[in-house]
Amino acid sequence: MNSVLTKNIINFLVLVLVQVAIFNNINFLGYINPYVYVLFILFFPVKNNRLQIIGVSFLLGLTIDMFLDTGGIHAAASVFIAYLRPAILKSSFGMMYEHQTVKFNTVDFGSKITYIIILVAVHHLILFSLEIFSISKILLILQKTLFSSIFTILLSVIISIIFSSKTK
Amino acid sequence: MQQIINFIIRNKNFLLFLLLFTISIIFTIQSHSYHKSKFINSANFLSGGVYNSVNNISNYLSLKSQNELLKEENNRLRSLLFNNNISTDSTFLDTISYDKQYKFYTAEVIKNSYSKTDNILTINRGRNDSIKQDFGVITSRGIVGIIDKTSNRFATVISILNTTSSISAELKNSGHYGSLNWNGETPEIIQLTDIPINAIFQQGDTIVTSGKSSIFPKNINIGTIEGFKKDVAENYYEINVKLFNDMTNLEHVYIIENIDKAEINSLNE
Repeated sequence: MNSVLTKNIINFLVLVLVQVAIFNNINFLGYINPYVYVLFILFFPVKNNRLQIIGVSFLLGLTIDMFLDTGGIHAAASVFIAYLRPAILKSSFGMMYEHQTVKFNTVDFGSKITYIIILVAVHHLILFSLEIFSISKILLILQKTLFSSIFTILLSVIISIIFSSKTK
Repeated sequence: MQQIINFIIRNKNFLLFLLLFTISIIFTIQSHSYHKSKFINSANFLSGGVYNSVNNISNYLSLKSQNELLKEENNRLRSLLFNNNISTDSTFLDTISYDKQYKFYTAEVIKNSYSKTDNILTINRGRNDSIKQDFGVITSRGIVGIIDKTSNRFATVISILNTTSSISAELKNSGHYGSLNWNGETPEIIQLTDIPINAIFQQGDTIVTSGKSSIFPKNINIGTIEGFKKDVAENYYEINVKLFNDMTNLEHVYIIENIDKAEINSLNE
């Protein structure tokens, strides 16, 4: 239990630092940045304790908000996908989730990608809607959501492949 | 009572979610209004310290271009100095220099952003260097923004690339003034609105600060006119201004304090 806790704390700190120091300064084509810190919420160990993940996600989002001066948009998007996570887990992993046996290192690759795509897209949609905060700029919101999501999903899949093969 | 507690226990996940989501939405709404009190900003010792140490490494990457900028500015100031015949005779008392209106501080940008619709920079000067809210920030080429939050060692700057910022600017040739806003699209172009329809100008004319806001002095360069159109009511022009500053590559900035500001503001109240 204790080693899981320390591992999560280290993951949290590393992801925040990497996000703030590297991935926010990419600005691919002028405005496309990946938000890889969502990996923390995506691959938080599957357990029944939903209060824990919602609380931790809020903290993570707020830390990112503090660094980026964005008010509360990352916190809102993170809390939202943390709340939504069990439903998406159920729909992408089906029976395995029912039996509480989902281990992200061993699950089927296809369903893992669906899971990543759905949560990242929802996260980015909320993020950019709140950032731009204007219905008249809906096209800009959708455009930013699309391009940033693609970037984040690609990086998330790559990172999850690299790090899951190590721990096997 | 029992039922209320049962209800809370049954829906504790949803209630916690609702609570935290509402808090974040409140923070978000606050961040969309100008100078509203914000608890969460990057001018604190933690994020400021992280950005400072990252910047210590990354500023080596732009040393060459920053050197060019400083050289260019040195050159301009030197030519100003030698062509102005300023008297160096110490017996002559220059009364103008006794009541300087503006005070300048130097600072370095440790966090820059330009890809969002509300961009905020962080600089490595704060309350310890007597930096306060509403000081202007410029570079050698043009304006950058206005100081927002300060901590002991750091401060945040509302960039001109922020949809909530609005700065008074004028046409250098005719003196017609309007307000400078950003539509959130490209970081090179910002919009000057409320220029009256009888103003005469053409593409390539220079836009400077108007000095009407008591934040920036008069005649600081902003950019050149890139294109213009009439607004919906056809009473005012909307002008696209191409900035002199490259907002994506800021390093050394100057902070301007207007010493007469309190006095000017007390008259306007």
